[in-house]
Amino acid sequence: MSGERELDRRGFLTRGLAAASTVLLAGCDDLSEQPWVKRVLDSAETLTRVSQRALLSPTALAREYGEADLSKEFKANGSTDPDDAGYKAHAANGFVDWKLSVAGLVEQPIDLSLVELRAMPSRTQITRHDCVEGWSCIGKWKGVQLSALLDRARLKPNARYVVFYCADNVFETGDDKDKYYESIGLQDAYHPQTILAYEMNDQTLPVAHGAPLRLRVERQLGYKMAKYVMRVEAVDDLAKIGGGRGGFWEDLGYEWYAGI
Amino acid sequence: MSEREVIYRHSGTVRITHWINALVLLVLLMSGLQIFNAHPALYLGSKSTFDDPILAMGAMQDGDNVKGVTSVFGHVFDTDGVLGAATDSEGNVDERGFPWSVTLPGHRDLSTGRRWHFFFAWLFLFNGLAYLIWSLGSGHLRHDLAPTGSDLKHIGASIREHARFKFPKGEEAKRYNVLQKLAYLIVALVLLPLMLLTGLAMSPGMDAAFPAVLDVLGGRQSARTIHFITASGIVIFVAIHLFMVLVSGLWNNIRSMITGRYVIEPAKEKP
Repeated sequence: MSGERELDRRGFLTRGLAAASTVLLAGCDDLSEQPWVKRVLDSAETLTRVSQRALLSPTALAREYGEADLSKEFKANGSTDPDDAGYKAHAANGFVDWKLSVAGLVEQPIDLSLVELRAMPSRTQITRHDCVEGWSCIGKWKGVQLSALLDRARLKPNARYVVFYCADNVFETGDDKDKYYESIGLQDAYHPQTILAYEMNDQTLPVAHGAPLRLRVERQLGYKMAKYVMRVEAVDDLAKIGGGRGGFWEDLGYEWYAGI
Repeated sequence: MSEREVIYRHSGTVRITHWINALVLLVLLMSGLQIFNAHPALYLGSKSTFDDPILAMGAMQDGDNVKGVTSVFGHVFDTDGVLGAATDSEGNVDERGFPWSVTLPGHRDLSTGRRWHFFFAWLFLFNGLAYLIWSLGSGHLRHDLAPTGSDLKHIGASIREHARFKFPKGEEAKRYNVLQKLAYLIVALVLLPLMLLTGLAMSPGMDAAFPAVLDVLGGRQSARTIHFITASGIVIFVAIHLFMVLVSGLWNNIRSMITGRYVIEPAKEKP
């Protein structure tokens, strides 16, 4: 690793330890790439999900904070200004012609403008946003409960997941196949705090935070809370969507159940 | 009692759970540093006050160069090449917290680090529960680890002996000394359970199920900070533990933790 130097005893020990840890690390890095190791490590996600579902009642709420707790600076992660012509056009005129589509395994697909969404009953919540990177911010969100939209479109009995298709392409590949998407199960979809937010901190949701609509799934990590939601689709299986693991970051190795 | 004697020191359960724990803690530490590197800063309270961390690692402009720095309560320390950032021979700056040589995987890969961390966290839980349940049921906790009144009275003497690297022989060596008892008790009953508790307190799912835990810990970012400090405490314990193993009879200690057999040196020379 470093150049040839005279080895004193301490240097020898440090180098010995460094070499040993390199061998160990290389071993673990190799292991991380083995399909069977991935399967074994991934099994912990199922254990975590089943355990948390057992401990967590379907209606238990994430803590709601007060106005005084709001973060002065709410970090905007991932995409902050989607590089998509259609999106930019909508953003330029305040999303007045934009419509959210709710489709898939529903009896009555619907398209709703922001005005129509705002006319529906709303929920406001001050919650803590926990990023997978480790930081937390507290923000105030106002939006329409996802359950109200699903009830209005009348979910078919074979629907098992709700998928959110977004306008942003995190790595700006220019390929529509790489656009952000997320999915949640019906338990989270019908949770009272699961909303599609159009307001943040009493302001119209800014572009950096996902205008015109951002999903809030308060009992999971930030990457589940898709920004720039364009289309909501009820499905029975996630395998045929995207990389088949239920979300943009999930396809890159992150857990679908992001409760920890 | 002046003959050299071989005793059976560690039960099978202690030996097996000890080595599983050693491996599990190593993986948890290294994958934990990988996770820490995704946002190498610590805060107090519920939320991250980005402009006022209690600890932060990162890169700082220094003339034409970039150097790695660590700030602790606002005091900035030059930790270039180790913490914060390192510059390779081609001038590429790698901004991160801890060096990739001590993380798992050995390059930036948060998702894989999390997979290792949570899988081994489950092993840590099962292994720890097995140890604690057995320790309670078998009397290991009561007989071998709980300090006696006489132990506590002689704590000063024990500290003096340790400072001079003089360790008990004969009958005295058949039991843990008082400093050992206290160290093992603190690790097994305080530090390791606290790792689990603070780890779970960072889970938004667990927080919704048990909101009181965060009240006790002072908020999610405080929980993350306590997780980091407690892990540091365990690293310090392991360093001291390994040093004591080394100076108090390396092979005897290692053999006893593998086979259970431990040689007791006579307390005095034969008359």
